[in-house]
Order: sequence, then C-alpha cells, then structure tokens
Amino acid sequence: MVLSLVCISVVAAAALAGVYLLTQDAIEAQKAQKQEQAILAVLPEQGVGAEVAEAETVGDVVIYRATKDGQEIGAAVEVSEMGFGGAQKIMVGFDKEGKIIDYAILDQQETPGLGDHIKEWFKNEDKPGQNIRGRKAGNLKVSKEAGGDVDAITAATISSKAFLRAINKAYNAYMGNADAHSGASKQEHAEPAEGGNDHKCGKCKHHEEGHKCGHCKHHENNETEKEVSHE
Amino acid sequence: MSNNLKTLTNGILRENPTFALVLGMCPTLATTTSAVNGMSMGLATLFVLVCSNVVISLLKNLIPDKVRIPAFIVVIATFVTVVQFLLKAYAPAVDEQLGLFIPLIVVNCIVLGRAEAFAAKNSVGLSALDGIGMGLGFTLALTLIGMIRELLGTGAIFGLQIYSDHYASLIFVLAPGAFIALAYLMAIMNKIVKK
Amino acid sequence: MEKLIIAPAPHAHSGDSVRRNMLLVIAALIPAYAVSIVAFGWGALIEMAISVAACVGAEWLITKYLLKQKPTLCDCSAVLTGMLLAFNVPSNLDWWILVIGAVFAIGVGKMTFGGLGQNPFNPALVGRVFLLISFPAQMTTWPTASGFNSAIMGQAITDANTGATPLAIIKSGLKGYDPQWMDKLPDLWDSFVGLLGGSLGEVSALALLLGGLMLICTRVITWHIPVSILATVALFAALMGAFGGIPEGMCTCKYVGYELCTGGLMLGAFFMATDYVTSPMSAWGKIIFGVGIGLIVMVIRTWGSYPEGMSFAILMMNATVPLLNRIRPRHFGEKKKA
Repeated sequence: MVLSLVCISVVAAAALAGVYLLTQDAIEAQKAQKQEQAILAVLPEQGVGAEVAEAETVGDVVIYRATKDGQEIGAAVEVSEMGFGGAQKIMVGFDKEGKIIDYAILDQQETPGLGDHIKEWFKNEDKPGQNIRGRKAGNLKVSKEAGGDVDAITAATISSKAFLRAINKAYNAYMGNADAHSGASKQEHAEPAEGGNDHKCGKCKHHEEGHKCGHCKHHENNETEKEVSHE
Repeated sequence: MSNNLKTLTNGILRENPTFALVLGMCPTLATTTSAVNGMSMGLATLFVLVCSNVVISLLKNLIPDKVRIPAFIVVIATFVTVVQFLLKAYAPAVDEQLGLFIPLIVVNCIVLGRAEAFAAKNSVGLSALDGIGMGLGFTLALTLIGMIRELLGTGAIFGLQIYSDHYASLIFVLAPGAFIALAYLMAIMNKIVKK
Repeated sequence: MEKLIIAPAPHAHSGDSVRRNMLLVIAALIPAYAVSIVAFGWGALIEMAISVAACVGAEWLITKYLLKQKPTLCDCSAVLTGMLLAFNVPSNLDWWILVIGAVFAIGVGKMTFGGLGQNPFNPALVGRVFLLISFPAQMTTWPTASGFNSAIMGQAITDANTGATPLAIIKSGLKGYDPQWMDKLPDLWDSFVGLLGGSLGEVSALALLLGGLMLICTRVITWHIPVSILATVALFAALMGAFGGIPEGMCTCKYVGYELCTGGLMLGAFFMATDYVTSPMSAWGKIIFGVGIGLIVMVIRTWGSYPEGMSFAILMMNATVPLLNRIRPRHFGEKKKA
C-alpha cells in the first residue's frame, strides 16, 4: 500500500522534474522578454536600436536608462503609487529632456469602468486636455486643482490624481531631483506643499508648469547636466 | 461501438459537467470573463482530464483501495503542473489571464469525480473517451458562458467587436455577471433537456 | 394554500389591496418628486416617464409573451418600481441606460422569481445596482440642481455643472484625499431641504420625510424599519465622533446631521427597505432588519470604496429576510421550549 503510493509519487516527481527542465529556459526567456518589451514600448521610437542599461533604484522607483549609439535618449521608469483600489504600477518613458513619451500600466486595482481607464485615458491623442504624451512631468495636476491642466477621468478623480503623482514621482526620480522638496539647492524652484500656488520662484510665477520660461529651463538643464556628469 | 459513442456524448449534453452535474463551479465562474479565457480554461481541463483518466485507468489494478484518493490526486496534480509549465513557457498571455485557476484544476471536482466514478472502473479506451467527452462538455459550457459574458460586458465575441463597448453592461465581465449568466444558461439548458 | 380557510363571520373586506397600497406609496413619493422637478427641471420629468414606461412595458411583454399569463399591470407595482428606479438615478442619465435598468429590474429582479410576492430582492434596487456596476461613470456623474428656471430654458447639462455629492465630499475627507473637504460641503440646512446634487429622488430629505410620515400615518408601513435604520445610522455616526473617527474640525452633531440628510438614506429607509415582499414580517424581525441596514450603510460609507451604500445594504439585508421570518409569535397554546 505504502509502496505503491511511494512509487506513484516518485514517478510523478521524476516526470515533473523532466518537464521542469525542459520548460525552464523558455519560462525564463518569456519573463525577461516581457520586462524588456514593457521597457522598450515606452522609450522614444519604441526603443528601436536602443540599449537599455542595468536597472538603478532611487527610493522605490526603478530607472532603466536607454542609450542609442552611446548617447542617452531617455529612460523607462517603473513607479508605483497608491491609487483608489490599490497600488498602480506604471512604466513611464521619458526622453532626455524629461518629456513623456508613453506609459503603460503594469498592474492596477482601480474600479472597473472608472479608475481602470488610466490604461488609455492619458494617452488619447484626440483629447489634448487629457493626453500627457509630449508634456513635461514634475508638476502635472488634474485641472480641478489650482494650476492643473490635465483632464481627470470622469468620476475617477482620485485614481487620476494618483496616476499623475506617480508620473511626477517618476520624473523627479529620473531627473535626479527626487528630494526636490527638501534639497536646499532647489529650494527656490521646488513646488510648494499641498494646496499652494504654482511656483515660489518669482521669475516663473506667471507661467504654467510647462517650465518654458528661460530661467526655469536653465535651472532644469543645469540640474540634468550635473546628474549626467555624475554617471 | 454505440457504447463508445454514448460514453463520448454523455459528457457533452446529458451529463454536462457544468449544466447538469454542476461541478467545477469555481473555474466556471471565475475564468469566463471572455470567450477565449473560458475556452483556454476548458482546454486545459480537457487535457488534464484525458491524461489522468488514461493513467488512472491503467493503474487501477495496482492502486490499493485504501490509498486510491491520494494516488489519484498525485496523478492529477502532476498533469496540472505539466500544463502550468507548458502554458508559462509557450502561452504566457493565457497563463497571465487564468493565473491561479490553472493550479486549481487539481481540486476541480470533475477531474477527481471522473477518476473515481469512471476511470477506476472502466477500460483505458473508454476512460479516454469519457475524459474527452467530459472535457469537451466543460470546454463548450465555459466557452458559451464566456461568449455571452464577453458579448454583454464588452460588446465583442472572441475579441471581435460586435457593437460599441460604450453600450455594454460592465457587470457581465465582473463577478456578479458570472452568476447571472450561469443561472440563465442553466435554466435554459434544463428546459431544453427536459423536453 | 390548498387548505380550506375557515374564519368566523362576519366576512367583511377591509378594502385593503395591493393596488391601494401601491397607489398610496406612489402618492407619498410625490412631495419628493416635486422637489426634484424644481431641482432638475425637464430631466426629472423625462427620466420618470422613460423609467415608468420601460418598467410597465417590460412587465407587460414578459407576462404576455414569455410567461403567457394574464398581465399583472393592474396592481401598479411595475409603476412603483419604475418610479423608484427613476428616483435612484442621476437626472441626466442616457435614456437607453435607464431602459436597460428597467428591463433588468422587472425581468431579472422580479419576473424571474415568479412575479410580485416571489422576488427576494427589491426590483428597483436590483435595477439600480445593476446600472451602478455596469455604467459606473454615467451613474456617478450627478448634475447639480440648477433649478427649474435654468433647466427649462434649455441649458444643456455639461461637465461644468456636475458636482460631487455631499457624501462623496465626506468620503474624500474621511480617506484623507482632500484636505479642504470641509469648505466644499454644502450647508446642512440645504442638504436637508434639498436642491443639491444627487440622484433624482434623494435630494430632499425633508420631502422624503413628509412622504414617509404619510405612509406611517396611513398604516401602509410600520415605524420599525425606518426608525431602526435612522437610529442605527445616527448612533454609529455619534460613536464615530466620540471615538475620533471623524477628521478634525467637524463637530459630531453636524456629522450626524449630514449622514442622516444626504444620500439615499431617507429614500431607502422609508420607501425601499419597507417593501412588503422583501422585508420581514414580525416587529422584531423588522427591527433587526433595520439595524442591519443601518450598520452596513455606515460601514460602506466609512470604510468602503463607494461613498454611499444604501442600495447595497438593503439588498444584502433582503437576503436575510427568510431567516428573519423565522422570528414569529408563538402559536396559541404552544409551550415554551425548555
């Protein structure tokens, strides 16, 4: 009785071990390919010809810098943020100036039919009010808030806000000012705490958060260059 | 020959695992969010059902009565794990959609039920036919539920858009829709079969 | 049913009938409906017409062609279901969504189970929850009450005049999403009188209260269910205040007031939870039923992801009714079990 059960188990285990060895490589390859595709999909030109560097971690943000012919072209940034129903895990791609190329939702638990529209909503080319592609992140806000100009998903403002927070976090991590709120050197430029007006920097006050004014751009670029030269 | 045919068709209509035996409700309700998902789940179960029926029928004289249930479970679990490995390796998209429900085929009542009720008492050939019949019945039922839920919930069948999803009732791709669709299908099937 | 019914004379009919009760409930809904016409204008009229027509039409078609029975329209229950369904949706809802909801309410919520008297769940709420889950965006985009004048001038309802309901604002405060939620809350008196955003029939707690009192006075319903629901909600809110469950800056009295006056609480407590078919028969059963609804509503409002949970709470407690109906008076002469 015991013997026959042991025999069956041993044969079963052996068979499974065999199948495992046969499929292991394919499974690993599938996993790696999935991750790579997620990264490439959000890079400039869908990452054609781009080389993706090793992952670097800034806080809870993972950055995959991409280079083409030795020159930095941007990065895919994996970021997660608490939404309405749970964590939103997002892969967002920036070009080297920090403009958003594209994004993909890796995982989310938002309400079906409401919050889960984050998958498509913010990349709708027909609705410039809600499309964030091509915009510069860092201070994206929904248009219901002071200084915001991104249209939130109908009846899902909280999911939308969480999404934009995630994108801003990804941008800050990528541009190297993850600690913009506390960093002394960036103090005059840092966005103020919740609910305040746009910028404290007097020169830029009248501008939207696009940072198109010369002063700001200057700051930004300096910062970027510094960051790059560290590498 | 007619006996073989009867064994095969038994599972498809008269003893359909979903609509007549009401077995395996967990995957039936959870994985039928679309026609493709329902069909994949059905086919995975079909594979396990046929393999385990054949192997158990072969081993039926070697397995002592007292330990037959653990022995059956080991055989079934082996095939389920094989399916899981194969899906992960060659159909990762299906694996991601079905997720946890592939390993859960182990505890699907149909598989153990057919092993106990049929394969342990019948010849290898008949057991294989029974496995195919039951598996097909399960696959058809799951595909049907999946089609209806996909059509009402997203406006598409097998991913082919029939009408705009703007007009689709989202509830059918969510959990409550599974119960509603299953209940009405079962009522209709009962009416047809009883006639 | 097959037993011969023996009763002592005189055999006088009290004049009570399903039809009479349904008509009285419909009459009691009129004050609230009047307020919603003032608040939402044409929207309120159109939605009501569509909903009632669709419910009556669905019942007629199902009884005549599917069940091949004598139509049961005369008892007016389909009209009431239609009215209650319209009361539970935003006044700018697309007509086809409302028709789907009405067909679902009658077809699935009522006729599937065998028609009036057999349905375990309140049909109007079945329809409403079906719509809420199926079309969440449309069902939670409420127009603010623009007043009859502006609505009658033909101003289209646009995104600009949709707004969050008081409960949604409270929710964002409770969950800490919006630090300025206090400023956005409308005045408590306005919430009581109505003329705020919300579903068609739930805007005015005052009008609903009037209708509810009328139902109690005419003995269409008893006080047990509404009072136990409202008392449970008030007590829960007060306890939340006592144990620091309310964000700072909100006094407990006002919080209790908001919880009682906003959302579908009044509508549900007086008109939906008291549905004869789907509520318990005994007095104690009704009180347990009401307390259960009150608790579930507050749990959903406080910790759930929806701002309001009245329809879910009533449907959940509907499911317990067969159990609660085991509470019944002792038979005459029956001994107490030791």
